[in-house]
Amino acid sequence: MDEALLRSLTPSVLAVLVRRGADFAAAEDAVQDALVEAVRLWPAGPPQDPKGWLVTVAWRKFLDRARADTARRRREDLVSVDAAEPAPGPAVDDTLRLYFLCAHPSLTPSSAVALTLRAVGGLTTRQIARAYLVPEATMAQRISRAKRTVSGVRFDRPGDVATVLRVLYLVFNEGYSGDVDLAAEAIRLTRQLAAAIDHPEVAGLLALMLLHHARRSARTAPDGSLVPLAEQDRSRWDTESIAEGIEILQAALASDRLGEYQAQAAIAALHADAPTAGETDWGQIVEWYDELVRLTGSPVVRLNRAVAVGEADGPRAGLAALAEVDASMPRHAAVSAHLHERDGDLVTAARLYAEAACQASNLAERDHLTRRAARLNARCR
Amino acid sequence: MAKYLLLKHYRGAPAPVNDVPMNQWEPEEISAHVQYMNDFAARLERSGEFVDGQALAPEGTWVRYDGEGLPPVTDGPFAETKDLIAGWMVIDVDSHERAVELAGELSAAPGAGGKPIHEWLEVRPFLTAPPTVTE
Repeated sequence: MDEALLRSLTPSVLAVLVRRGADFAAAEDAVQDALVEAVRLWPAGPPQDPKGWLVTVAWRKFLDRARADTARRRREDLVSVDAAEPAPGPAVDDTLRLYFLCAHPSLTPSSAVALTLRAVGGLTTRQIARAYLVPEATMAQRISRAKRTVSGVRFDRPGDVATVLRVLYLVFNEGYSGDVDLAAEAIRLTRQLAAAIDHPEVAGLLALMLLHHARRSARTAPDGSLVPLAEQDRSRWDTESIAEGIEILQAALASDRLGEYQAQAAIAALHADAPTAGETDWGQIVEWYDELVRLTGSPVVRLNRAVAVGEADGPRAGLAALAEVDASMPRHAAVSAHLHERDGDLVTAARLYAEAACQASNLAERDHLTRRAARLNARCR
Repeated sequence: MAKYLLLKHYRGAPAPVNDVPMNQWEPEEISAHVQYMNDFAARLERSGEFVDGQALAPEGTWVRYDGEGLPPVTDGPFAETKDLIAGWMVIDVDSHERAVELAGELSAAPGAGGKPIHEWLEVRPFLTAPPTVTE
């Protein structure tokens, strides 16, 4: 059974239930129950109309729960729901509303991520808990709190695309490697969003993800250590993914509404275009960083820009650009070390690599920086 | 989303404000302290921020490799060891500020006289998985 296909139906099934009058939290639980049933029953006898099957089963689950609740509380107010008929409406808009709801600004980033993966992605609480290395009970509470938080939000208003994109970017960029491939899931969800809304930044984010995902198998050595971009075996990059990313990016750029994701994707595309690291068009990359600085003003962008300037105009120019970046930024020492190394000041570079290793926020990067420091120290002896 | 370790020391941390050894508290003060810890963990689970909490025995064994074919050497406990970990709580929160806020609450656990201990807790970030986007 194609689990991704099954899960791709999740948002539209959920939306049908909500349109029929189910409240969001109860509808979401019912859809999860229906997905579990589908996983159990479909391998033996797949339905002709998978979505219709899921709607029917989810609605029945919802009514069962509603009736049980009603009986238990001796309240009559939920009974009226039985009579509700499905209202007609385009499924695409429903999907879109669900994205907005799950990324609602009233949610913390971690809650929005969890709710999006469950309600839009159709992942189980256990899968999400494993992906983020927290106990299942904790993730269940995080999701049910998130559902309560947004339960009062009206489902019929469009939201802010930027909040949705931030959530999807987080899923893509900050996943652990569990049994769920979060990067692939983020791409699937962004692709689905791009099909529902014509927006250059949605396309830009999708292109960005595809272009970075294309390098995945080249990013780590067999021993699990990080391989920097310049040293990656480019024959291992996924050319299909790159071609798709570039095509999507070009269409987005043609609309002439530049945003940060398009600019980031453009930088990734220039790297993808270079047959070897030495043939990278750093001049153009610096120009895109200038755009990004203008769009975001982000110190992280300024830091990465200093790296690009170092490649385009030499390490001294890079260090000059770096001097204008707040020295307390994470990875500042790592960038400085790299520029000093290229400038031939190996003693300073070795010291800075060691300093950067102490400040690294992830293990793979710390090990990488420690190796750089060790290699230079060995050469300086 | 980031994980932090809230580390509690038997020894090695600066002295707390309410610095009375636990074995000199009233029994009901000990119960109140334990209850506070349990309630705190339960509250974090409800807020979707709890990962793990464990207590450690004060004394352990030091072990090291002693060469091919030889059993490991064991030693200790060493009286001169300055730092002694009492236990920890692991939380998964949205920001460093939130981690500090929660550590502050945990440090307010009641001790002698039912007053907060004000003990020092160490807040240490976990190293994460590497980000996908690096440029």
